[in-house]
Amino acid sequence: MRFWSQVREVARRDLLAEQRAGEVVSIVIPFGAVALMAFPLALGIDSAVISRVGPAVFWVVTLLFTMQIALRNSASDRPAHRAVLALLGVDPLARLLGRSLASAVLIGIFMAVLFPLMVLFYTPDLPRGWPAALIPAALSGIGLAEVATLAAELTAGLRTRSTLAPLIVAPLAIPLLIGASQAMESLAVGGSILPWVVLVTATDLALAVISALIARPLEEASL
Amino acid sequence: MEFISSFSNGNFSFARTMLFPAGNLTPKRGDFALMPLAQLCDVRLELGRRPVLTGLDLIVEAGERVGIAGPNGVGKTTLLSVLATLRPPAGGDGQVLGARLGSEAAYAVRPRIGWSGHEPALYDELTLADNLAHFARLAGKDGSRAEALLGDVGLAGVARRRARFCSNGMRRRADLARLLMTDPELVLLDEAHAGLDADAVVIVDVICRRAIAGGGAVVMVSHDAAGLTHQVDRVVTMVNGRLVP
Repeated sequence: MRFWSQVREVARRDLLAEQRAGEVVSIVIPFGAVALMAFPLALGIDSAVISRVGPAVFWVVTLLFTMQIALRNSASDRPAHRAVLALLGVDPLARLLGRSLASAVLIGIFMAVLFPLMVLFYTPDLPRGWPAALIPAALSGIGLAEVATLAAELTAGLRTRSTLAPLIVAPLAIPLLIGASQAMESLAVGGSILPWVVLVTATDLALAVISALIARPLEEASL
Repeated sequence: MEFISSFSNGNFSFARTMLFPAGNLTPKRGDFALMPLAQLCDVRLELGRRPVLTGLDLIVEAGERVGIAGPNGVGKTTLLSVLATLRPPAGGDGQVLGARLGSEAAYAVRPRIGWSGHEPALYDELTLADNLAHFARLAGKDGSRAEALLGDVGLAGVARRRARFCSNGMRRRADLARLLMTDPELVLLDEAHAGLDADAVVIVDVICRRAIAGGGAVVMVSHDAAGLTHQVDRVVTMVNGRLVP
């Protein structure tokens, strides 16, 4: 019981800090929207191509800006924080999950703002029943939060953090992006999204297991 | 007899086995009538490739205030991190609150240790009250006491101010309020008086007295040996990674 209250408390603190700092809402989301708008300008006036690539561009932009969300200043623990949290008896996995939960909420907000903008700018042909694709999309958001938080923790305190963390995230996020984007494609051809939901869920669970295995050694190494 | 001599010759493993035969049994507050609250024996530690602690011995008895003096960079903070169980020694042996350093039992005693370092552990975007309430809830304590505790350390008027907008002295006081809240048995203070005015120095003294009254102990490190002598029962000096009386 104490474990889950610690998870909730860490997530609550990160979200409160973000609410005050406004890094995601006032910087990352507007910048992501600009990036989303820049692609059609680069692609020219071929509206068929723009319409076709819209969902893929949305996911690429989401992946890139996920790192900005996970590496935000308001969610970084200094050595003094880590020492105090350890001495308060905070479970390292609870800290990692709480941080992932807060990042998942912020990634969800990012996606919720950018998806309508993608529909507006790219006018993709959304298949019937497209809201069903929100399930793998939400699960992908959770997975992205997990992997980005892991990368942020692995690179904490390194001078090369801002370049190294995305290098860790990119390959691990591939199954999440494939699952989320292919679910929409499946709906377009009248197929089932279930295999893609399974793929994304399995990736989420694998990332959770990895988090559970490395949370304590990771924390002890950082103290 | 062997039990008593094991303390005097620094080999406490026999004594620990006698007191805590299961090895992982962690003594509770006040169980240190016979056993030192903390003991380090020939502890060695390197940071990178640089040896920082080179065969360090230390005994901290319950009810004792120990001061450790030494110039900057001599390893005082590293020694505190070992006593806090945050860094397991690379060599030698030691126990803190009955838990062997580097063992699984060391994690269990961490909540009974309080540390205030030279950098206050506050989240910049949270108010002082938010910070304290957050730490209280993480420790399984009542977060609603946060503002009252901040009042106790003279910060009632700025409890709702974000930590980033507070002076270093205010931040240090808020950090001390955390120690008042968690009421630790072993108090570790790193340059405890740096950046504090005379009123705040009294807060440090209150924290130390509370720990001592509860059967605990205090270890203070400072570069200012003369200042330490007024705060502690004995001062030892750190030289080349070892302690000398």
